[in-house]
Amino acid sequence: MNFCIRLFIVSIFLLLAGCSGESGNWGWYVIDPSTKSGWTNIKFLVGGFGATILVSLLAAFISIILGLIVALPSLSSSWILRSCNRIYVEFIRAIPLLPMLFWVFYGLPVIFKSLGLQVEIDAFWGAVITLAVSDSAFTAEIYRAGIQSIAKGQREAAQTIGLSYFQSMRYVIFPQALRRILPPLANQFIYIVKMSAFASVIGMQELTRRANEIVVTEYRPLEIYTLLIFEYLVLVLVISFGVRWLEKKLGSNESNMN
Amino acid sequence: MGPVIEMREVSKYFGSFKALNSVNLEVSKGEKVVVCGPSGSGKSTLVRCISRLEKHDEGTLEVLGSILTNDEKTSRAIKSKVSMVFQQFNLFPHLSVLDNLILGPTKALGLSRKDALDRAYMFLERVKIPEQADKKPGLLSGGQQQRVAIARALCLEPEIMLFDEPTSALDPEMIAEVLDVILDLAKEGMTMVVVTHEMGFARKAADRVIFMDEGEILEENTPTNFFKKPQTERSKLFLNQVLNY
Ligand SMILES: Nc1ncnc2c1ncn2[C@@H]1O[C@H](COP(=O)(O)OP(=O)(O)OP(=O)(O)O)[C@@H](O)[C@H]1O
Ligand SMILES: [Mg+2]
Repeated sequence: MNFCIRLFIVSIFLLLAGCSGESGNWGWYVIDPSTKSGWTNIKFLVGGFGATILVSLLAAFISIILGLIVALPSLSSSWILRSCNRIYVEFIRAIPLLPMLFWVFYGLPVIFKSLGLQVEIDAFWGAVITLAVSDSAFTAEIYRAGIQSIAKGQREAAQTIGLSYFQSMRYVIFPQALRRILPPLANQFIYIVKMSAFASVIGMQELTRRANEIVVTEYRPLEIYTLLIFEYLVLVLVISFGVRWLEKKLGSNESNMN
Repeated sequence: MGPVIEMREVSKYFGSFKALNSVNLEVSKGEKVVVCGPSGSGKSTLVRCISRLEKHDEGTLEVLGSILTNDEKTSRAIKSKVSMVFQQFNLFPHLSVLDNLILGPTKALGLSRKDALDRAYMFLERVKIPEQADKKPGLLSGGQQQRVAIARALCLEPEIMLFDEPTSALDPEMIAEVLDVILDLAKEGMTMVVVTHEMGFARKAADRVIFMDEGEILEENTPTNFFKKPQTERSKLFLNQVLNY
């Protein structure tokens, strides 16, 4: 944390130096809110927050549900179900995000078409689907590790007091596993936010795409990409602040658990 | 009236390792059986087979009149009639003592919350810790935790209680408080199979002592005879180790 703060201060200094410098290396006028064009640019750039946040939230939501569905077979005693889980996780985890994005956005519609289905995938949903699916392999592993970290004795005790498999999951295993699952799951959300930048290449109007568009018209990459980085920084810092808070809250519960 | 537990030629394998080797055992209603034997001799496996935490591979196992096969349905017949107390307590750490006690009665037996609570308080009195009802188990001492675990098992009003080394994880000063509770239960006529190395307890409570080694029952005897004149070399050796330490 200390390091973050120092980095932040150093960056601010760099920026100030750029603002005041007359050397012409920096041209903050492109995003100077006191000028009309600068203000328009800022509004356009910052306007990407909505899309970035919405895509990330939707993808995270789907991934949290999909991940649980993928994780459950991994806890089964049947090796067939367990291998289904392994194949999904290993396969999805191996695909880099960008190729998967291209495949979903350009390839999937072709499959739908050949099946005679009229399904359109726009940039927004292409990004949501890709982020959710590629992240689900990771959330599935988080669920699996969390559930498996609960001692075997808990399940056995649940069984000897007459609970069914689902009851013991519902009342004994899952509530305990949740405390270990939530923080890494929240961390995973940070990755989704950062990965959502890839959606710019299929034309989604999120933070990165908008920055690219202004760079093309204004030709001021340094200033605009600096702002872009700060935009993500703010977003991620807000989330990690939330994660900390969550960890602390669960942690204080955990301490009187054991 | 036939035995409530009847094992005939029961064997259990872990891979190719034979953990139980043609075990024959009968326990009648109200009887207290103490099981002892060296580490790895299959004592836990024996009681775990009876409580269906393990499935047996050979032989027949009849509990409370139901023949238990490895079909899940047959174990449902004895569900909650056979209760078990573990060495490591296995209380649910995220639930209060009270919620630990009412979980089985409300979810498995379908009791109302109120009836389950009445029952829970009654058994907490029995194990002498009614004042801890609202605490999380993690805040209790080992001895208290094990007594909660016993109360939790009793809340299902089981017909058979199985104990797997209930005092082995406890500090010495807490062993007596737990054994006292078990002894009280024994006096009230509960059918019990107790795996333990507490030979004082065996003397006081057991109708019968069973000595196991390498997955076999080597000796079945009354406690008095078992301690005075053990019948096998291995039980003699074992008793020497346990008693003369
Ligand atoms: N799940 C398992 N997988 C493989 N082997 C096992 C398993 N459970 C028990 N065993 C083996 O079976 C044998 C009997 O184990 P068991 O736990 O019944 O012994 P025990 O008499 O209870 O010993 P202890 O006094 O140490 O508790 C041991 O050799 C053990 O290693
Ligand atoms: Mg054992």
